[in-house]
Amino acid sequence: MAYFAGVDVGSLSTDVVIIDDNAEIISYTVIETGANSTQAAEKALESALEQAGIKRRDIAKVVATGYGRISVPGADKKITEITCHGAGAHHLFPGAQTVIDIGGQDSKVIRLGPGGKVIDFVMNDKCAAGTGRFLEVMAGKLQVKLSDMGPLSLKAQGEPVKISSVCTVFAESEVVSLVAQNHPTEQIIKGIHKAIVNRVWNMVKGLGEPGKVVMSGGVAKNRGVAALFEERLGAPMLISDEPQIVGALGAALLARNQS
Amino acid sequence: MSLAKKIEYWFMKDIGADLLMKFGGAAKKKKGPSKPNPKLGPRLEASAVLQRIIARHYFMSRFAKGAMPVAWVTSGAPVELLRAFGFYTVYPENHSALCGAAKRGAEICQVAEERGYASELCSYARVDLGHLFSGKTPVGLLPKPDILFCTTNICATVGYWYKAIAHYLQIPLIQLDTPFNFTEMTQADEDYIVAQLHESVEELEKFSGRKFNYNEFVRICEMSHATSMLWGEVLDTMKTKPSPMTIFDAFTQMLPVVSLRGLPVAKNYYEILIEELQQRVKDGVGALANERKRLMWDNIAVWFKLNDLSKLFAEHDMNFVVATYTSSWSSTQDHMSNADPFKGIAQTYSRTILNCNLNHRLHTMQQSIEDWDVDGLVIHSARSCKPYSVGQYDLKRLVLERFDVPSVVIEADIADERVWSDEQVRTRLEAFFEALEDDGREAA
Repeated sequence: MAYFAGVDVGSLSTDVVIIDDNAEIISYTVIETGANSTQAAEKALESALEQAGIKRRDIAKVVATGYGRISVPGADKKITEITCHGAGAHHLFPGAQTVIDIGGQDSKVIRLGPGGKVIDFVMNDKCAAGTGRFLEVMAGKLQVKLSDMGPLSLKAQGEPVKISSVCTVFAESEVVSLVAQNHPTEQIIKGIHKAIVNRVWNMVKGLGEPGKVVMSGGVAKNRGVAALFEERLGAPMLISDEPQIVGALGAALLARNQS
Repeated sequence: MSLAKKIEYWFMKDIGADLLMKFGGAAKKKKGPSKPNPKLGPRLEASAVLQRIIARHYFMSRFAKGAMPVAWVTSGAPVELLRAFGFYTVYPENHSALCGAAKRGAEICQVAEERGYASELCSYARVDLGHLFSGKTPVGLLPKPDILFCTTNICATVGYWYKAIAHYLQIPLIQLDTPFNFTEMTQADEDYIVAQLHESVEELEKFSGRKFNYNEFVRICEMSHATSMLWGEVLDTMKTKPSPMTIFDAFTQMLPVVSLRGLPVAKNYYEILIEELQQRVKDGVGALANERKRLMWDNIAVWFKLNDLSKLFAEHDMNFVVATYTSSWSSTQDHMSNADPFKGIAQTYSRTILNCNLNHRLHTMQQSIEDWDVDGLVIHSARSCKPYSVGQYDLKRLVLERFDVPSVVIEADIADERVWSDEQVRTRLEAFFEALEDDGREAA
């Protein structure tokens, strides 16, 4: 049996997916990238191999993706996260026409054609607004665990608090003043989520009618953000159980295509 | 104007400049030739001539002040009018582009920012103002203007930018207002522009102390027309497969038609260039060793990244064969053949791409896609140039929907290198290459 690995080195997390000949996921890992992306890639691959109970030599091909794709040792090919997210999303949800991916440092919207081919895409400008990093900073400021942000925002009563600033740095001080004004945390969080959705929504509309939408990336785990997107779309989105590994899965699938 | 200055200028022009530049050139030559890039075809031989013309243009500008009236003008100004009065013309936009190419844009922009100019302001304007405040420039010395002439056909910013210079230097400013063409250009628009041109003539007569020489003006207009038409022919050679030139060449090769339009040197140069290009077409010599995909560029060049981008695209055997930008100095210029040169100028300078609506730009793109057989479009969203960058996402969507041409947007700038983010641009471009190459097809 031949195995294939996809390594996605992002700004916040490094994800590895190992699949077999039949494109079945054998194992996967998600770790923090930290300061050294090469070490992170090695460590994540190591751990995925261990879980799968196989050796490095059992892997026929490795495709690296993400911002750190150039620093993955032993990768057979480097492919951008846009193509990989497209491939991963198409594999999980074959009818998908649009992918909204919100990662640590960027957000992107990808339009898919037949066979998961990328026909168009847009990415955020060089600014952390509308990214996972934005959520992380805000969670820190509110002293709320990142994983609690979603559930808390779903509990918000009434209208969310309006976050007028689109800049992470300014939004941070805006949040501080909202806390000082005793706004309920849930409503502030919902407001933060709304700011992200507004930002990314422009990109969604920029590519025309979205059709069936897949959401991927770490932020897809946040049900609060997803719910606001679904409100805008007027339809539910397709979100896998592990949205963070869609890029790495796509990379593994493309590695399988290489052979 | 002093007689001594005039004599100095004419001496430098005919004898001194060549001698001094030869001396300077000999000192610089020690570097030796750079390694040829196997992905690129042979270098254009005419480029050496162009280098001399550019060097000479900026070198001579040091001696112009005092010898003749100096005008600072915008790239879309009807320079033919000023030439008829013997003005020495300097193009701040071209100078800012040179500063950008020399990677000194950010440094000079900062001077303007320290004086309170916002970093959101066009970097051409910031470089120009920064240069004015500090004298910083990679070209030695720019002569200070005696008069300013700007035309609003490229943007509204020039109006305020030139007003600021006029204020600092306490010199006259002539502003030619070209109403934006929301739909078609009207007779009223033409009349309005022609009236302003006549008024400008009166002002220039007063300022220069010279009578307007109509025949000389007509001769200059004819020269300008011929030069622009030749530039159009230069760009037309790129319709050939493989294209004998890349758009990165064209970004440099356009200097004469932009800055020296109306002077014989520009026309003469394009005659040399076109001969070389036509020979390449005949011999099947391309600018790239192996041109596999043909691309179009939208917006002004990223001057500080010309080399890197040129190499990156060449690595993938992708050649830019057309740009909305480079065509701006040929696409409307046939109106210069109008029997009434004032009307010719009004039409030529009011119909420029940035003075027309987005639908016009879409049609221009469609024409280029068909005529140059374009496979993909790279859209430069320039922080500086709002009139060029607004609406690009709509264009992107329409170009895909209507003409089935995929595109990518890169966020960058024309002269301020601080705006550039290497990894972000690289990721977008590589994803674009992958989509063009079908790497993602049948992925799962």
